[in-house]
Order: sequence, then structure tokens, then C-alpha cells
Amino acid sequence: MDLSSIDPILLIAALIVAATPILLAAIGELVVEKAGVLNLGVEGMMITGAICGFAVAVETQNPALGFIGAALGGAALSLIFGFLTQYLLSNQVATGLALTLFGLGISALIGQAYIGVKPPITADLDIPLLSDVPVIGPILFQHNLMVYLSLGIVAGVWYLLKYTRVGLVLRAVGENHDAAHALGYKVVRIRMLAIAFGGACAGLGGAYLSLIRVPQWTEGMTAGAGWIALAIVVFASWKPWRVLLGAYLFGGITVLQLNLQAAGLKIPVEYLSMSPYLITILVLVIMSADRSRAALNAPAALGRPFHASS
Amino acid sequence: MIRLEKRPEPSQAWTYVTPLLAVLATMIAGGMLFAILGKDPFVAIRTIFWDPLFNEQFAAFSRPQLLVKAGPLILIAIGLSLGFRAGIWNIGAEGQYIIGALCGAGVALAFYPLEAVFIFPLMILAGALGGWAWAMIPGLLKTQFNTNEILVSLLLVYVAEQLMASMALGLLRNPDGGGFPGSRNLGDYPAASNEELIAGTGMHWGVVAAFIAVIFAYILLNRHRMGYNIRLAGQAPRAARFAGVNATRLVLFCLGLSGALAGLAGLFEVAGPAGQITIDFNVGYGFTAIIVAFLGRLHPVGILFAGLLMALTYIGGELAQFMLGLPAAAIQAFQGMLLFFLLAGDVLTNYRIRIGRAEVA
Amino acid sequence: MTAPLLSIENVTKAYPGVVANSDVSFEITPGEVHALLGENGAGKSTLVKMIYGLVRPDSGAMRLNGGPFAPPTPNAARQAGIAMVFQHFSLFEALDVAENVALGMENPPRPRDLARRIREVSETYGLPLDPARRVGDLSAGERQRVEIIRCLLQDPKLLIMDEPTSVLTPQEVDILFQTLRKLSAEGTAILYISHKLEEIRALCDAATILRRGEVVATCDPREKSARELAELMVGATLAVPNRGGAVPGDVRLEVSGLTVAPANRFGTGLRDVAFEVRRGEVFGVGGVAGNGQEDLLAALSGEITAAPEAIRLDGVAVGHLGPNKRRSLGILAAPEERLGHAAAPDMSLIENALLTGEIREGLGRRGFLNWPAARRFADRIIEGFDVRTPGPAHAARSLSGGNLQKFVIGREILQRPDVLIVNQPTWGVDAAAAAAIRQALLNLAIEGAAIVVISQDLDEILEISDRFAALNEGRLTPPRPTQGLTMEEIGLMMGGAHDMEVAHVAE
Repeated sequence: MDLSSIDPILLIAALIVAATPILLAAIGELVVEKAGVLNLGVEGMMITGAICGFAVAVETQNPALGFIGAALGGAALSLIFGFLTQYLLSNQVATGLALTLFGLGISALIGQAYIGVKPPITADLDIPLLSDVPVIGPILFQHNLMVYLSLGIVAGVWYLLKYTRVGLVLRAVGENHDAAHALGYKVVRIRMLAIAFGGACAGLGGAYLSLIRVPQWTEGMTAGAGWIALAIVVFASWKPWRVLLGAYLFGGITVLQLNLQAAGLKIPVEYLSMSPYLITILVLVIMSADRSRAALNAPAALGRPFHASS
Repeated sequence: MIRLEKRPEPSQAWTYVTPLLAVLATMIAGGMLFAILGKDPFVAIRTIFWDPLFNEQFAAFSRPQLLVKAGPLILIAIGLSLGFRAGIWNIGAEGQYIIGALCGAGVALAFYPLEAVFIFPLMILAGALGGWAWAMIPGLLKTQFNTNEILVSLLLVYVAEQLMASMALGLLRNPDGGGFPGSRNLGDYPAASNEELIAGTGMHWGVVAAFIAVIFAYILLNRHRMGYNIRLAGQAPRAARFAGVNATRLVLFCLGLSGALAGLAGLFEVAGPAGQITIDFNVGYGFTAIIVAFLGRLHPVGILFAGLLMALTYIGGELAQFMLGLPAAAIQAFQGMLLFFLLAGDVLTNYRIRIGRAEVA
Repeated sequence: MTAPLLSIENVTKAYPGVVANSDVSFEITPGEVHALLGENGAGKSTLVKMIYGLVRPDSGAMRLNGGPFAPPTPNAARQAGIAMVFQHFSLFEALDVAENVALGMENPPRPRDLARRIREVSETYGLPLDPARRVGDLSAGERQRVEIIRCLLQDPKLLIMDEPTSVLTPQEVDILFQTLRKLSAEGTAILYISHKLEEIRALCDAATILRRGEVVATCDPREKSARELAELMVGATLAVPNRGGAVPGDVRLEVSGLTVAPANRFGTGLRDVAFEVRRGEVFGVGGVAGNGQEDLLAALSGEITAAPEAIRLDGVAVGHLGPNKRRSLGILAAPEERLGHAAAPDMSLIENALLTGEIREGLGRRGFLNWPAARRFADRIIEGFDVRTPGPAHAARSLSGGNLQKFVIGREILQRPDVLIVNQPTWGVDAAAAAAIRQALLNLAIEGAAIVVISQDLDEILEISDRFAALNEGRLTPPRPTQGLTMEEIGLMMGGAHDMEVAHVAE
């Protein structure tokens, strides 16, 4: 084994790349859950975004259009969930699962033609001067635009929820939809918008996988990333900056175990590969064991159906 | 303007009609999907739903496959349905299925090449215990630490897949396999083999177990306090507490039972139709069973029919792949659509649709 | 005579199966305190929802200041000068006071200015409140203040108050009335919805009385006796419950040092609760909502377990036992929330009969259920307690509130309890059903059971209980005989207006 082959600077830079898809999906889901909706279909929306983004990018040879396509694809899929749960009042857990199963199927179907195709390259931003700074430069200033966009979305969501009227109404709807309705807020409309935002973010996350991280299309390539994003929202106690922390921690673990595999550590590859999932479970347990803290930030109306008849 | 109006009580009639409507709607939407893919929708639907059973050329091969595929689906879905009714969401049946298969195969391979009657029963026990134990992880974490069982059970699927890969490449690898991944074929080991019971029907011990599970679940839900408690806890958790239902015991019972049934399904599969542990042993029965459970209205008899129907789409899908070049993924999307239509149709059970003047002018 | 501020003209609104309002008309002038009086289900809420833009009338019209008034949304109603304090508060527990206020305003000022204005208004009207506190941590009285201040910040022309005093101690009621009189003197009209007759006679200038959706009378409540108003409201002469005058016997239920942790994040729990109830006695537990009533019922029914010695039945320690063990010993309970706690909404009455009846009625053997026996038990409840339903196979949620409550209480009484604990036995129930339920409880006491009635309706407690104690932040006051207790004494037992000081300190 040769641990010296692991370069800490490259490790951190790679960590950010590994974390970004999950960060995007998780911050979207955070907004959805803050509005009181539990969408378990993140995995399905991510993989749909992955293939939509891939297909659009390949056809147009333009990665930027690819990401837009991914966001639209993810949002479109999420609107199926929204329509079923918000208008037809279906069970959110079951519908979320259906969304994942459907997303895996439809993405595989679309992806038939794209197996083995190379996507256009998404350029890294090379910020003059800053990217040349030793250590910090490669870590912080040599990424592609999506990394900075994901950070911008986290900051934006944080600001929106904490300081704006829209954020206040969103939180109110997630806290007590009956009271919000009684005050005249359009609960269903607000939730649909949140769901679409969540879908778009998950789609972007998926496209980050297929266009930048991997970059190619394979069936089922999200491999549980959507579920980990859901876990990270719980880990973060529904706080945007802690979603960032959770996603980067997870990215760190993923990259580290990949590096350990490459370095030839004497643990079978399979056990290293399962470690991110096991650590996610461990973190979930630690977070949920402290009941008072776990409950404090959870939106009170999370997962409950709303019907304005009463 | 279309409005929903809550019914004073759930409509029994719609409970039965919605699955049929959903199947119909899926055929229409699926037909459209196939048309987009450039296939004749009528031919495609016929190939999926009719030919496997009645086409002279294929039926002989396809018909037995119906039970072979439906067996694990029904067995797993029965277990899941009990939990779903109680509001306990085990969506990691795929993982429990894998672990059940690993444990069962492990027992068999430990005794290889001994021929003894106790081996197969012991494998059944090991398969059920393996699945049970794997499901107890989310169960205990939920009851002890209040950890979300949905996420834990699902994440454990990925862990189980890695574990299986490691077993197929390591501990359980066939020493005479020339270095190829995968265990010995249990089909070549009579004491451990789950063979077809009646030639040409596809009936094996797993199918028998599925039928027993259906009957067991029916009695449990309709005649026994435990089944009553399961329904009560799912519909009104506070009322369940008031009625003296022990929530911890209920969670462990539902997760444990669904895990054990999924483990059994895995064991019967590895000892029978699959024959060996390989890296790609699992084909998604654990996830499709979720659709089966809902399509069957979480009702044992409904699940029986839903399992057969879903098995048909698998077989028909393969046939359509072979005959029409329809991509395998199309069937997956088709099954997902079915679940959507079903969930959408559910609204009719509890709500009446009113078409009339809008509430807001 | 001044021109009316709001006039309701021949308004009708029907829901499937029920006419909520039929040809309703009345007027409110500026500065008037107008009572809307009626039983549960008389159509008061629907009428108010129309004024507030939540519901549209099927026919009829409303006029505000002479012009047509048909608010499509609550926002439109608020812009027109209508403000409303809800019965079940429209508050968000996880948000702070200022955020809650901002959500109820059309164009809220910046957070800092809003906090200042909240302080100003709260001082002007004697409603102390700290804008930075989380609403989930406030008492019921303080929460109501949040709602009132939210309304006052918009300078409403008409303030609607839906059953505002049901969550207040008598002292807090006095303070509320002072605030309302001050508002009225400034020209704000107040539509005051209640079924409490004495309050209406003390506060209101005019009253419109609704019965089954129709206006049955419009009068000046100060000129009528409470009894006359009651008969107008109910439409029949009410029977006074028959106490029977049983002499309490031995101690049946003995509670001492009962301490329970809060059930949820904003719960109160119980702290060192102690009391005893004798054979044939009705013990009343009063208190403002959210002071531990649900915890007390849960601790007594066995949903929450405690130390064995904390609860004794006929001298035997039972505090550690679960609900079914206690049932077999004779302790039965009927929780407040009918749908979802006392009964499962989507299950049939047969299944709901089984919910608590399995053990004492022998409806199962070794876990296997005897459905025919359960059906017979359900039939007996329906017959014995006059539950109006087409049959026992119908779902619990299809029953009206009063009928389901009769079913729930009947289910427990028919199991011949030694101790029966009920929480809010007549909440949301029409007068006839309420009278029947109270009489059934008294009859059970006469037969020798010990009964604990937890209720927020002080009139009810005074009517049927022998001794009284109040819950206040999870503590129970020492019990006192009901005979001769004054409202003021009861109010002090319930905590008076003590949270006023707390709020002052917080500023």
C-alpha cells in the first residue's frame, strides 16, 4: 500500500467534485421539505436529469444547454409527483418511490442511444491570479461553473429562507398548512413551485454526474446518490449551510475510499465501496438519536396531505 | 372547474375498480410510449400481455415462467404490504432478498457435497433468518434511535450488493470455476436444489411458500388482533397507542416478517431458477414487489393477482425485446407508469370528483 | 341610527348533505359589538368564513359601507378592513411572534420596525407580548394575543372573534373584554362568535341567533336572560342533569407524585400530580387548553406509563401497566380527539367497538377476533346511546361529531368501568347530545364508578363534578369541593392572569 500517492490538495479538489451532485440534489430537497412535502423520488429525478442533460449536451454539443435540459427534465418529472400528491392527494411516500422506479426506467429508455457516447467537455473556470495561488488555487478556484453555481444556490436558499417574505411563507406552509390556508396563502401552488425547484436541482445534480464527474452515461449511474441526498437533509436538520457541510463530508468519504482503493489498501474493494452507505446510515442514527434536536427543525407538516375542503 | 370532495367514508367499489382502471390507462399510455419508440402499439401490447400465455409458439416456454417470476414477487410483496399498512416503509427488500440468498447458499455450500435431507430445510431457515436479520437493522435503529427506516433499509441494499459481490468473488466462489466469479451451481447439488415440483408448471417451493404467505396474511389481517393492530397503527397511530398497541413490537414484527419473506424469496431463487450466487444475481424483484403490493391494494388476494400480472409484464417484456426489439427499460418505465396511474386513481376511493362552479370566482 | 358597516343579505350556503346557512341576514354598525350565537353546527363558522373570503355564498349578497362586498380571498377581505381571530389558532409554532404577525399582514414593515410596532400596540391595548419569542413556547392566552395584535396592526374596521374565550382563564377573559371595549369605543365593529351566554350578555350590544343555519332571532342580549337566549339557541327547554345525590364511598383511584415528561416538543407534561377519586364521585379537572390535559388522560389510560405507585386502583399499584392491562382491571378512558385518537376514522363502528372492547367484552380469544360478537357490541352501543347511523358497518368518520362522541363514551360506559377518565366529553357536541352524555356519566357514578372529567368548559365541570382541581403548566391544584366555588376562585386556581407578569418580565 502506498498512501503517499494520495495528494491532499487533489483530494480536496476531488471531494468538491464528488460532493456537488449530492449537494445540488440535497439543497433542492431541503426547499421541498421546508414546504412540508416529502419527495422520496430524488433518485429518480437525478437520473432523469443525468440522461436529459447528457442527451441535450451531446445533441447540441453544448454542456450549458445540457444542464438547462437536465433542470427542465428533473422539474418535469417532479411535477408528476406534484400533480399526484398535491392535486390527487396520493400518499407522498408511495408516490416518491414510484417516481424513483419510473425515473430509473425512463432514463434507461432514453439512454439506450447514448451508451458509450462521449459528452462535450465542460470547461473549468480558470480564474486568473486566484487559480495560481498555491494550495488554495487548485482547491477553490479551478472548478467548473456548476460548482460555484451549487454554492450560489445554497447561499441563495439560505438567504431566501431566512430573510425574505417568500421564504417566510414557504416555511409557514411547511409548518402548518391549514393555518397558512386560513390566512389566504395558496398552499398547493407554493408547494408545486417548491417541488419543481427540487426537481430542477436534482436534475442538475444528475447532469453533473453524467457530464462532469464520470463523464458518460450508464444505466443506474446515480447508484443511491439521491437517497444519500435525502439522508443529508436529515443530517443537516433542514439548514442550508449544514447541507453543504454534509455533502462535502460525504464527498470526502467517497473520494478517500476511492483513493484508498487505488492505493491498494488491504481491505477488499467491496468493503470500501460500501463504506459511504454505511457511514451515511451511521450519521443518520447519530442525528436521529437526539430526538429533541432532530425534531426541532423538522417542518411540522412534512409529508401530511393538504385538502382545503374543511 | 374540477373539484374534489371528500367522501363521508371510503368507497369500497372504487377500491376494486381503480387497479383495473390503472392497468387500462397504463396500456394506453404504454402504447403511446411504444408508438414513440416506433413500435406498433397494438402488437407490442399483445406481445406483452397475450402472447406469453396463448401464443402457441411461446406459451410452452412462457407459461411456467409466470409462476417462477410471480413467486418471489408475491412472497416479497405480502411482507411489504403488512408494513405499508402499518405505515412502516421497508423499501430495502432487494437487500434482504440478497442476504437471504447468501445465507441459504452459504449453508448449502458449507455442506457440499454431503447429501442429506436436512440440508434444504436448513437452507430455508438460513434464508429466512438472513433476510430477517438484515431487516432488523433498520428495525432496531428505528425503535432504538428513531432513525428513518426508509432511508436505512434502502441504503442497505447497496451494502448488500457489495457484500454479495465480495462473496461471489471470495468466500463463496466456486473453487472449480476456473477463477470466474460466482458460486457453485446449486442445481447440480441435489440436496440443496429447489427443483420444479410439477414438470412444466414452474411450480417450485418458493411458489408454494408464496401461496402459504397469501393465506397466512389473509388470516392475520382479517381474523387476528395482530392484523387489526397493523391496520389500526397505519390509519390512526394515536388510536393504536390508545388501544394498547406496542409500537416497538409492531415495527419489529412488520420489518422482521417482510425481511424474512424477502430472504426466503432470495433463497428459493438462488437454489432454483438462478442456481448460483453471481454478481448480478438480483434483478430488482425487491423493488418491483413494491409496485405489486400497491397494485394489489395491500390486500393478500389482490397481491396474488398483481404478482401474476407483474410477472406477465416481465415475461412479455422479454418476449417483446426478443420479437420487436423493444428495449428492456421500456418495461421498467411501463411498470413505473402503472404505479403512477394506480396512485392517481386512489383519489377516487376517498374523494368524489365534482365538476361545477368554481369556489373562487 | 348610523349606517351599517357590514350587512349580510339573504345569504345561503349549502354543502353536500347539509345547508350551512339558509337565507341569513343581519347588520353590524361601526363600533357595535355584535354577537353571533348558536350551537355547534348552527352555521356560525361558515358565515364567518364567507365574510373573511374563505368561502363563497351560493346566493345572497354582502355589503360593506354600502358597496357590494364579495372578497375572493382572505387577502382581499383584509384589504377591505376585515380581521379575524381564529378559534383554532392560525399560528405557526416553530416561528416567532413577529414572523407570525408578518404572515397575517398584507405589507409588513421591515422586521425591526415590525417589532417596535408590536410593542407599541401591545402596550396601548394592554396585551403584553415579546416579538422575539417562539410561538410554540407561549400559553394559549398569549397565543391569542398574537392573533389579536396581528389584527390590530392592520387597523381593522371589523374584527371577527371566533370563540375567543374558550382558551382563557376568567381573569384573562376580563382583560380581553377591556381590550374589546376600548376597540369598540374607537369605532371598530366586533363580530363576536360564542355559545357562552353570560359573556355575550356582558359584552355585546346586539345578538343574531342561528339555529340549523337559519336566523331564529335578533335581539339585544342585555335585555334577555341567559335562559331565554339558551332556549332560542337550542330550540327546546333543556333538562337539568339529575345528580342523584350519591354519597361518595371508598377511594377507588389514587394518584400521587405522578410526573410525566412532555409528549412532544411544545408539550407540558405532568409535575407531581396528586388526587384521589372515591366510589360514586365525579372529579372535575379544569384548566386552559395545553396545560397537561392530554398528558393526564394518557397517564391515566396507560398510554404513558409511570412509576407503579403513582397510580393505584383500589389500593393496587397500576402506574406501570399499559392500556390493556388497566382495562382488564377496570380503568377505562375516552380521549378528547374523537377522530384519530378515540376512534379510527376510516374503520367501521364494529372495528372501532373492538378498539377498546376486546378484553372486557370477550371479543377475541388468543388473538383471534370474534367479529359477530364485536358487531353485537357495536349494535348495543348504537342502541343504548342513541347513535344516529345507518348501521355499524359504516366508517367512524361518516358520523357527526355528537354521534361519534356518544359512540365513544357509550363504548367505555357499556364496559362497566370502575374508573372512567374522559377528556372534553361534550366538546363540539350539540346541546341535546351533551346533556345525554353528562347524564350517562352521572348515572355511571351513581352505580359506583369513580369518574374523572377533564374539561375546559367550566360550566360543565361545575354542573356535574363533586370536587374540582385545575391543571396549570402540568401541575394540579389541591382539589376543592365544587359546591360554593366562585368563578373568581376557579380563575385563580387556573392560574389567573399570571402570564401577564411573565410577558412583562420578558420585555
